[in-house]
Amino acid sequence: MINLENIQVVFGKGTPLQKQALNGVSLTIEEGAFVTVIGSNGAGKSTLLGVLAGDVLPGGGRVTIGKTDVTRKGTAARAGLVARVFQDPLAGSCGALSIEENLALAARRGESRRLTPALGPKRREHFRERIAELNLGLENRMRDRMDLLSGGQRQAVSLVMATLAGSEVLLLDEHTAALDPGMAEFIMNLTQKIVSERKLTTLMVTHSMRQALDFGHRTIMLHGGEIVLDVAGDSRKTLQVEDLIAMFRRIRGQTLDDDALLIG
Amino acid sequence: MSQIAFWGAVELGLVYAFVAVGVFLAFRVLDFPDLTVDGSFPLGAAVTAVLIIAGVNPWLAATVAMVAGATAGIVTALLNVRFKILNLLASILTMIALFSVNLRVMGKPNVALINADTMLSPFYGLGLRDFYVRPLFVGVLVLIAVVLVWRFLESDAGLAMRATGANARMARAQGVDTSRQIYTGMAISNALVAFGGALFAQTNGFADVTSGVGTIVVGLAAVIIGETLLGARGILLALVGCVLGSILYRVAIQVALSTDTLGLQASDLNFVTAVLVTVALILPRLRRGGAA
Repeated sequence: MINLENIQVVFGKGTPLQKQALNGVSLTIEEGAFVTVIGSNGAGKSTLLGVLAGDVLPGGGRVTIGKTDVTRKGTAARAGLVARVFQDPLAGSCGALSIEENLALAARRGESRRLTPALGPKRREHFRERIAELNLGLENRMRDRMDLLSGGQRQAVSLVMATLAGSEVLLLDEHTAALDPGMAEFIMNLTQKIVSERKLTTLMVTHSMRQALDFGHRTIMLHGGEIVLDVAGDSRKTLQVEDLIAMFRRIRGQTLDDDALLIG
Repeated sequence: MSQIAFWGAVELGLVYAFVAVGVFLAFRVLDFPDLTVDGSFPLGAAVTAVLIIAGVNPWLAATVAMVAGATAGIVTALLNVRFKILNLLASILTMIALFSVNLRVMGKPNVALINADTMLSPFYGLGLRDFYVRPLFVGVLVLIAVVLVWRFLESDAGLAMRATGANARMARAQGVDTSRQIYTGMAISNALVAFGGALFAQTNGFADVTSGVGTIVVGLAAVIIGETLLGARGILLALVGCVLGSILYRVAIQVALSTDTLGLQASDLNFVTAVLVTVALILPRLRRGGAA
């Protein structure tokens, strides 16, 4: 379970560029829930994810992941609780390391790292099996450097990496935004499969309203650092992309210049 | 070139292989451009020489030298991690400070180790000529160091260090304390360099405060020559490349200096080194078509 209590985040405090990125956000996500997050640029989506990941430490409020109060814990200190896939396919893995070395790194997320060989025969075989499940043929390229892979392949491996070690929450940061439509669909289906198989508590930030409604059990919309919409269950099932856009317009009190960007 | 000159070059190359491996750890693994080595190499030599003259066991003296080098590395890491000083500048500050420290340690600019017991003493007079004994002895130590560093970099702990240099954000997301990795890596790197200095003092019979000038360029030359020869294909080959590069560099210099037609003299060494490193840096770009 994840619990955010009255989270306050202000960037550039006391400067002319001061910005209230999150303003009293409270949110509880039940264990095993799959929540999608939408909002325009600057709405606070990335900040919300940063607060959960530990990249952003809030100025006020309390963050609980599982049973642990992580409000003051940095990224590395809470990594055992948080698995993550970044928007940039290059950000989530080490290009200079091989596929299997990246997996070995991720398999010990949040655990102590000793002088034991990172890639014994047993671990190698385990990683190979997990990569073979992707059906991308990567199981025969385990010793290839990660930067030889395409963006989509790297995101697929990143998803596997996120599930090698246990976690209380999986954070997906627009993880299909940088991919071509075909690959984005593949990664989304893979995400769906992994999340439901492993019953992962998941928070997915997305630019695509279609994605936000098609996946998960609950959708929240952020605007101006506040949660302005929170739908789940039957009311969400009947919700259409057009309804979301209408809501968006009402909230912003203005017409949107670029609907295509939001429908995407 | 005489046989003695050749084996002398190999020996020097093997001594500097420790520098090359240290530089590899800082520059390539941690992506930390560290010039501290220009100070930690003579620091290792100075500490060893002074301790040996004071009657300390030479192995113990070399160990203390490594601790001193590690401390220098930690100071640079501290300036960078804790006080946010640009990594290159942080290392220059430590390097400059070490020049004074080294003079204090030795009490004078140059300490001679004539007739003193060194790590090599027990191996002289076993039937092998001295100019074979030295490279053989240093070579065995290099082999041990390479195996240890290789095993380390392929362990869970070593992967964390490599991830810190390759993608720090990802490393943190995987629970790696990147600051600690920089401290550890810089300590190991400079400990290796200082051990190189300790061996230099014992094989050459002196420690000199100016012997550190250009150490970083020599180390980098070895790393780059190794990469040019063996390519980027795994940690072990990279480390072997460092050692080979270091030896080749010394032999090449020796050949250049002993070839009369070139008209070079010992004082041209730094210039030749700079040209060599520059060429090694430019070559891969030219090969890619110059546009990169």
